Amino acid sequence: MKDWDEIAQGILKGQKRAIARGLTWIEQGRNDGKQLAQKLFAHAGHAQVIGITGSPGVGKSTLVNALTLTLRSQGFKVGILAVDPSSPFTGGAILGDRIRMQDSVMDAGVYMRSFASRGHLGGLSRATFGALTILDAAGFDKILIETVGAGQSEVEIMQLAHTTMVVLAPGMGDDIQAIKAGILEIGQVFVVNKADRDGADHTVRSIRSMLALAPEHPAWMPPILKTVAEDGRGMEELTEALEHHWQHLTDKGLLDRFRWNQTEHLIEQAVADVGEHLIRRARAGPEWSHWVTEVGEGSRDAEHVAEELWRQELQEE
Amino acid sequence: MIRVLVAKPGLDGHDRGAKVIARALRDAGMEVVYTGLHQTPEQVVDAALSEDVDVLALSILSGAHPTLVPRIMELVKEHHMDDVLVLLGGIIPEDDVDAMLHLGVAKVFGPGTDTNDIIAFIRDRVEVV
Repeated sequence: MKDWDEIAQGILKGQKRAIARGLTWIEQGRNDGKQLAQKLFAHAGHAQVIGITGSPGVGKSTLVNALTLTLRSQGFKVGILAVDPSSPFTGGAILGDRIRMQDSVMDAGVYMRSFASRGHLGGLSRATFGALTILDAAGFDKILIETVGAGQSEVEIMQLAHTTMVVLAPGMGDDIQAIKAGILEIGQVFVVNKADRDGADHTVRSIRSMLALAPEHPAWMPPILKTVAEDGRGMEELTEALEHHWQHLTDKGLLDRFRWNQTEHLIEQAVADVGEHLIRRARAGPEWSHWVTEVGEGSRDAEHVAEELWRQELQEE
Repeated sequence: MIRVLVAKPGLDGHDRGAKVIARALRDAGMEVVYTGLHQTPEQVVDAALSEDVDVLALSILSGAHPTLVPRIMELVKEHHMDDVLVLLGGIIPEDDVDAMLHLGVAKVFGPGTDTNDIIAFIRDRVEVV
C-alpha cells in the first residue's frame, strides 16, 4: 500500500490496514501523511473525541478497555489512541497499553493504536491531531485518547478532545496536588476509579469541594463518578455522563466553535511546518554559518535572516 | 523509528525473556509494543496489523511453535503483511528451525542470544524512514 489516494479510500471504508498505514505516515511526519490528513479533514467532524487523563497507576488503560466494551454494546464504533512516554535518552519506548485492552480490541468495530510521545510535551504525541482526523474519517463514533499520564502537562488534551475525563484513584495524592497540577480545570467528567478501595468517598468529596472553588458558576457542572474498571462497575453511568456532555456541546452550539478551533489549529500546524521547512533548508545551505556569525556579532538581525529565507523561498517558486 | 511488536502467543506464562528483549530494543531506540501473555495467533496478528509494526518478534517457550507459528504466518499472509519481519525466540529445538524459516520466519534466536545480535539483525533488515 503505497499510494496515498488508495490509503485515503481504504480509510474512508474503515479498513484497518489502511488506517494503520495512514497513522504511520502521519506519525513519521511525511508529506503524504499531511496530505492525507488535509484531504480527510473534510470527511471528519462527526466523532466525539474523549480525552482520558490522570496520573500513572489510576487505571486509565483498564478504564478505556471497560468503557470500550460498554460503548460497543451500545452500538458505537470506537477508536483508541494511547500515548506512552518515549525515553528521553534513547528515543525508544515500551508501549504497554494493549496489555489491559485485550478484551476489547479484537472486535472489528474497534481500532486501537499505541503512540510514543517522541519528546512532545503536553502528554500527547505530535501526531495526535492528524491521527484523530484519520479515525474520525474512518467512521469511528467515539475516539478515546489516553494521555501519557504525567499529570501537570496534560492541558493540550483540551484543545483536541470534546470531552476530557480526569481519572483519579483513592489515596493517590492529596487535594493540593490536584490544584497544583491544574488538572481540575480541564475535566468535564471526573472519574474516581478503583472505587472499591478505602477512601473513594473522601476523594469524591475533595474533588467536589475543589470544583466548588471555581470563581464563576460554570455552564457545565462536571459530574463525579465512581467506577471499578476492573469488573466494569459504573460504566453505564460513565457513558451516560459522556453522552450528556456531548448533548450539552451540541445544544449550546459549541461543536461548531470546536470545529472552528480545530481548523485554526490545522492551519497553524501548516504554517509551523513551513517555518520548519525554511529552517531545515537554511541550515543545510551555504549562507547559514555566515548568518549565524553575523547575528552573533550584531551586524545582522535575526529577523532579517527570516525575511531573507522567505524571499529566497518565494523566488524559487 | 523502528516499531516492534513483542508477542507471547500460546499458553506458557514465562515472559521474562520477552521483557528482556523489549527492554533491550527500547534501549536501542526502538518503539516496542508489548501485549502481555497468552495471546492467540489472531490477537498477535491483529495487534501487528493495527500497530503497523516493522518487526513481529514472537517468544514461545511452550513447545507449541509447530502449531502457533504456521497459523500466525498464514494470518500474516492473509493480511498482505509481507513487509513485516518475523522473528522467533524462546525454546525452539534445532530440528525445528528449518521448518520455521520455511514458513517465513526471518530468523530464530535461541536461549543465550546476545541482544545486540538481535538489534543488529533488525537494523540490517528494516529500512528506516
